[in-house]
Amino acid sequence: MILHAVERVLQTILVLLVISFVAFMLIATLGDPLGVLLPPDATMAERNALIARLSLDQPLMQRFLSFLGGIVQGDFGLSYRTQEEVGGMILERLPATAELAIASLVITILIAIPAGILCGVRPKALVSRVIMFVSIAGITLPNFVVGILLIAVFSVQLGWLPSFGRGQTVSIGGLETGLLTWSGWRAIILPAITLAAFQMTFVIRMLRTQLMEVGQSEHIRFARARGLSEARIWFVYAIRNALLPTVTMLGLQLGNIIAFSVVTESVFAWPGLGSLFLQSVQAADIPVIAIYLIFVGAVYMLINLAVELSYPLIDPRLKRRGA
Amino acid sequence: MFRPRIAFAAKTVAAILLTSAAIPSNAAEFRFAGPLDAYTLDPHAISNTLVFAVLRNVYEPLVERGPDLSLQPVLATEWSQVDPLTWEFKLRQGVTYSNGNSFNADDVVFSFERAKKGGMASHLAGVAQIEKVDDFTVRFISEKTNPILPNQIVNWFMMDQEWAVENGAEEPGKADNSTEGFANRNTMGTGSYVISARDPGVKTEFTANPDWWGEIGGNIDHAIFYVIANPSTRVSALISGEVQMIDGVPPQDTQRIEETEGLKIAATPDLRTVYLQPDVARDTLIHGGGAESNPFKDKRVRQAMQLAIDTKAIQQRIMRGYATPVGLPIAKEVEGSTEELSTPVAPDLERAQALMQEAGYGDGFAVTLDCTNDRFMNDEATCIAIGSFLSQINIQVTPRTQATSRWAQQINPPGYDTSFAMLSYSPNTYDAHQFLTGLAETRDPEGGRGVFNIGGYSNPEIDRLATEIGAETDPEKRSALMTEALTILKEDAAYIPIHQLQILWGLKEGVEVVQLADLAYPLAWFTVPE
Repeated sequence: MILHAVERVLQTILVLLVISFVAFMLIATLGDPLGVLLPPDATMAERNALIARLSLDQPLMQRFLSFLGGIVQGDFGLSYRTQEEVGGMILERLPATAELAIASLVITILIAIPAGILCGVRPKALVSRVIMFVSIAGITLPNFVVGILLIAVFSVQLGWLPSFGRGQTVSIGGLETGLLTWSGWRAIILPAITLAAFQMTFVIRMLRTQLMEVGQSEHIRFARARGLSEARIWFVYAIRNALLPTVTMLGLQLGNIIAFSVVTESVFAWPGLGSLFLQSVQAADIPVIAIYLIFVGAVYMLINLAVELSYPLIDPRLKRRGA
Repeated sequence: MFRPRIAFAAKTVAAILLTSAAIPSNAAEFRFAGPLDAYTLDPHAISNTLVFAVLRNVYEPLVERGPDLSLQPVLATEWSQVDPLTWEFKLRQGVTYSNGNSFNADDVVFSFERAKKGGMASHLAGVAQIEKVDDFTVRFISEKTNPILPNQIVNWFMMDQEWAVENGAEEPGKADNSTEGFANRNTMGTGSYVISARDPGVKTEFTANPDWWGEIGGNIDHAIFYVIANPSTRVSALISGEVQMIDGVPPQDTQRIEETEGLKIAATPDLRTVYLQPDVARDTLIHGGGAESNPFKDKRVRQAMQLAIDTKAIQQRIMRGYATPVGLPIAKEVEGSTEELSTPVAPDLERAQALMQEAGYGDGFAVTLDCTNDRFMNDEATCIAIGSFLSQINIQVTPRTQATSRWAQQINPPGYDTSFAMLSYSPNTYDAHQFLTGLAETRDPEGGRGVFNIGGYSNPEIDRLATEIGAETDPEKRSALMTEALTILKEDAAYIPIHQLQILWGLKEGVEVVQLADLAYPLAWFTVPE
């Protein structure tokens, strides 16, 4: 068990190193920061001076090593675009994205798990069919269309909810949160639903398939033969089996939500990491893009690791096998 | 552990409710949104229109351009050229910064030294030094005669020297600094507003400066500028009433806004002009084919291209009327342009086809047109339309549209890796000389001339005129020389003008604004319904 965990942690570090390298190589060919930083009437001398200052004339490998050295020492560099410290920029934007991710995860769990169970237990019921039909929309409509539709209805037509931003935020221990104000709660509803739309569909469909499969399996048939009540069969024996893949999925989705909130954040002008990433890409702000990619990679790996290490808690069979 | 935190939170919430209740009810608040944020609040870090647009409410220059584009006194009350190399500025007395320090000649000298080290040093190029004559008189000593110096410094803002020294902000922000500069997030200017809160990339709040020396023409006490990158969200925020003004209205949404009760569109010409530049320097097409040599070296081919493109149709179909076709690659408001020169060339397909035949390219050739897709209004659609116009004279154009940063990396010096590019230009001096030296003179990277002459156009006449204009002190003669040079440029058709862009704002009915050609947000001149 412990050996397994250590092995996984080492693997994670290795993968992170690879991610850093790939991120660095990608951005080295991403675009020309000089085009953004230099005024159009800059002379060749000014241009060369800037190239030297940003050490763009150094060999690629050397730039990567000094970049990596900086990260290890906690120095993430300065943004080309805003001249702010990159670490600070990421930290400033992180709470907004985390709040949005958690809110959308809560919505997913509250809506999709009961709906998925219903569709799995009673696949032929009218409600299940309606749920399955509506969930097609969640898969087929792109994220930004869902967002724009929600804005059109709830902000423009009805005027109930704000169309952009995070509302009023409150600072707690240096971190800004919007979840303690009324306007913050109003502001998070639409983006959280938008971000949850796809995951909900996914979870519903997955749970349904899992439950239908488990429903056919031998231990359930035996349980039924022994005369246990339907409720006991489903809620004590079947769902537990169906939940394991779903938890894995949700965990991985949390990584996805953080990584792919870019579109939703841009539609709602949500001041999170995704917006920061887009702004940085537009300006070829290499230091920010690099740190963002590595950060998202790290979050992804950590969530993966946590999910994997939590399996034995859900499925005791794994604990026995591991030991 | 848990309880005190909640108590703290409750207190904070109460504090926020109290603060919002404390704002007097007659205060006029203005909420507006734009697609991008000012990169930094440091006035000397970068030469960027958006940074200037936001900061001009907080910092002030010596002279600025008024709504009619004429020079207006701000922190200087009068100025004159005392000899060919010297300009003298008399400074305004009794002006204080928002920390109470008074503005004087030392701040001008300090702001000069500071700006020289930053990204906007080119605005002060040619100024060797600034001498303090007395507390309220300064002299600019140029390396060579410069008749348009006051025009060049309209975006050079004055900063309080004592404040900068106290906070270690003597140097402007630079990308290679190891720590963030203090002036990047903090401001100390003499302007009509102070920045009361800022969340970079999200929002910036302005509060009227009660001690401002000038008179606020509008009625805004408090303004919030939001950054909303997505155009449809921006339009939604305007329609739902969350903001009273939006910048960068997509042309396709103008009709919707005009038809909405209580909303209107305000448009004014932007100085930025879109034009095409073919590569005339290389002997062959590096991105294209179907021709032995480079067809763009033939003036008849370039003229045929100009005649084949119906800029009026682009204005109406693609820009929905919100663009102005022009006859030059620089805007009609720019010094040196004339009514006649700025009149667009009328399209004439038959003559264009005849010219192509005459040049020996009747069967045409193929070329890739390098365009941006995120730089200005409908740039991608314009690029594709140009391709179809040119196919009428058998030039097979493949549009290659990219994000600005990639596009710039490809076509910019030192590579100039393009055969045909769609470019845009906005002269911050409102004067054609900058265009001639930077974009039209023969490339001379060492001398800093023609660096952004992407197509490698070279005409000794233009080089001679550009040098002559630089030395001419008489404004009228100077203007005549620039007109002469622009006439040659128009005839040579090496720069094929498309249109001048427009600034498009969506407004709530009752909001009165002043739109300036340099994209600024002069809040002191705005009025909102109370």
